[in-house]
Amino acid sequence: MRDVAVVAFAQTRHTGQDTGLTESELIQPVIEEAKERSGLKRFGFTCSGSCDYLAGAPFSFVSALDALGAWPPISESHVEMDGAWALYEAWVRLQHGDIDSALVYGFGKSSLGDLDRIMTLQLDPYYLAPLGLDRLSCAALQANAVGADRKELTEIVRRSRADGRRNPYALDLPDPEDGEEPFAVRPLSRGEVPPITDGAAAIVLAAGDLAGRIHARPAYIRGIAHRIEPHYLGMRDLTRSPSAADAARAAGVGKSPVEVAELHAQFPHEEIILRAALELPGDTVINPSGGPLAANPVMATGLIRIGEAARRIHDGDARRTVAHAAGGPCLQHNLVTVLEA
Amino acid sequence: MPSDPLVAQHVLEFPGGYTRTTGPVIGRFLSELRARRIVGVRTAEGKVLVPPLEYDPATGEPVTGEYVEVGPAGTVTAWAWVDHPLDGHPLDRPFAWALIKLDGADTALAHAVDGADPKTLRAGARVWPVWRDRPTGDITDLAHFVPEVTRIVSNVRAEYRLQAGGALRVFLEGIERGVFLGGRCGSCAKVYVPYRLSCPQCGTGITETLELPDTGTVTTFAINNLPDPRAPEVPFVSAYILLDNADIPIIALVGDVPAHQVRQGMRVRAVWVPESERTASMANIRWFAPTGEPDVELT
Repeated sequence: MRDVAVVAFAQTRHTGQDTGLTESELIQPVIEEAKERSGLKRFGFTCSGSCDYLAGAPFSFVSALDALGAWPPISESHVEMDGAWALYEAWVRLQHGDIDSALVYGFGKSSLGDLDRIMTLQLDPYYLAPLGLDRLSCAALQANAVGADRKELTEIVRRSRADGRRNPYALDLPDPEDGEEPFAVRPLSRGEVPPITDGAAAIVLAAGDLAGRIHARPAYIRGIAHRIEPHYLGMRDLTRSPSAADAARAAGVGKSPVEVAELHAQFPHEEIILRAALELPGDTVINPSGGPLAANPVMATGLIRIGEAARRIHDGDARRTVAHAAGGPCLQHNLVTVLEA
Repeated sequence: MPSDPLVAQHVLEFPGGYTRTTGPVIGRFLSELRARRIVGVRTAEGKVLVPPLEYDPATGEPVTGEYVEVGPAGTVTAWAWVDHPLDGHPLDRPFAWALIKLDGADTALAHAVDGADPKTLRAGARVWPVWRDRPTGDITDLAHFVPEVTRIVSNVRAEYRLQAGGALRVFLEGIERGVFLGGRCGSCAKVYVPYRLSCPQCGTGITETLELPDTGTVTTFAINNLPDPRAPEVPFVSAYILLDNADIPIIALVGDVPAHQVRQGMRVRAVWVPESERTASMANIRWFAPTGEPDVELT
């Protein structure tokens, strides 16, 4: 395998409401920042992750290319998934050996519509979508299956929001209220629901010698793997995530200690499932950025996990970190990345 | 509609919806639903997938062509409670989502459960399907599920003919004349009203019949907030009233006074219906009303 590293990371100051910016206006500043930080103007490969249903416009990702400077023509690809999978595609592309740099970005404005019902459109059209099973109902079914202690769940939300308040890019959310909060869909309380967020993020990957020339402390991708489970909720054990566990094994998470883990846990019970699946020890710091409970720009949230995990290494705060990204209902699809100094 | 001219509504819609082919496996399942049967498909490993898929998610192998009727009842394995249904949900009132392992299936079906109680719903609960009136071959042919029948309501009603003979007849004939008849025990000298033939304390016969006054004292009382055929307006007061010269109180209504003013020791007198309306019935006494005398100290 070629050594590939995260050498630049940029993200928007995420907002809890629509500011009226178009998608290309939203991503242009972070692309600009990623170019500045990496010193690169052109990339061997460019890949993005987004979801047209968020904007309600077919091929909306195409107009987002306006932010890139795509002329003369660039080598470009897109995944209708979180930007973390765009990064995976770029990592695979860099393994070909003929290019040394890649630009990856993800973006989403979940403020424009009703995210709960928009996410119903990702479900199988024969058995699930006709029932109108929505995002929060799926999460509530999994929360019920897990049956976690409410105190533990509230503590995860409290910690995430407190960390988010210290993160200038995340939202400024108050501590969850004590006691029985109103339910979103029981047993899920409203406090356990991630905030509606608009935002974008960009990452520059560099292979071989280029990584060291761009950054003094590149965050090398030492393992990256994704695994998926059956889509249909009734064919899975919702209390655990075998696909996240498989991806973590394939990425080599357990080979040595993990100082920081950025988990794409949108709901606190998902953090409990993922800690177990990734076999993270108790002293691993989870989501110091605040995680998705502090800012959840859908389709960029997973990519931001990789950026935040890389940033700890760039800053010299950690030598080995793990990033996790998820897609599909109830953690159906999981991508695990191991980053090392 | 937003009034800001810089804000617009945008609708993404595919009029009439997409037409999707089902393939043979999902098509068979939906056709069976239209015939009000729920089937699973058997995998090469012998498991029954409900709803059926073309490939076994555990192995990736094509499933066998064997369809197995399952259910119709099943067991809830996980559930979530929707307090505020959305448009497009199967029910417009609070309901539960549930994963339901139908009898004979190895996987669980996701569907809605109506008529459950979020306080008592548990994994392990048994549920049965309710079918839509005109199935068309769609997952919503199953309108929803409902909890298994675990209780019924039994109505009991029987009619009897009761006759007042003996001591009751004597007492009611007194009531018809407008007097309370009591009896004194020859052994312990206690005075009982209504009149009775024997002393419940001594077991000996009552030998002396006596007329008691229609005045007495409230010894205890209750304020009732549920209407009764004899007292249709609430609140009403029922009280123990110790008639003067009697040793045992009777139960009667207290009226002509606000409920909150009734008190222990209050002096009361029977309010009789006019003589022309009297029968041999306790209905002769409307209620007892305060006399206005000073309260009595109860011992």
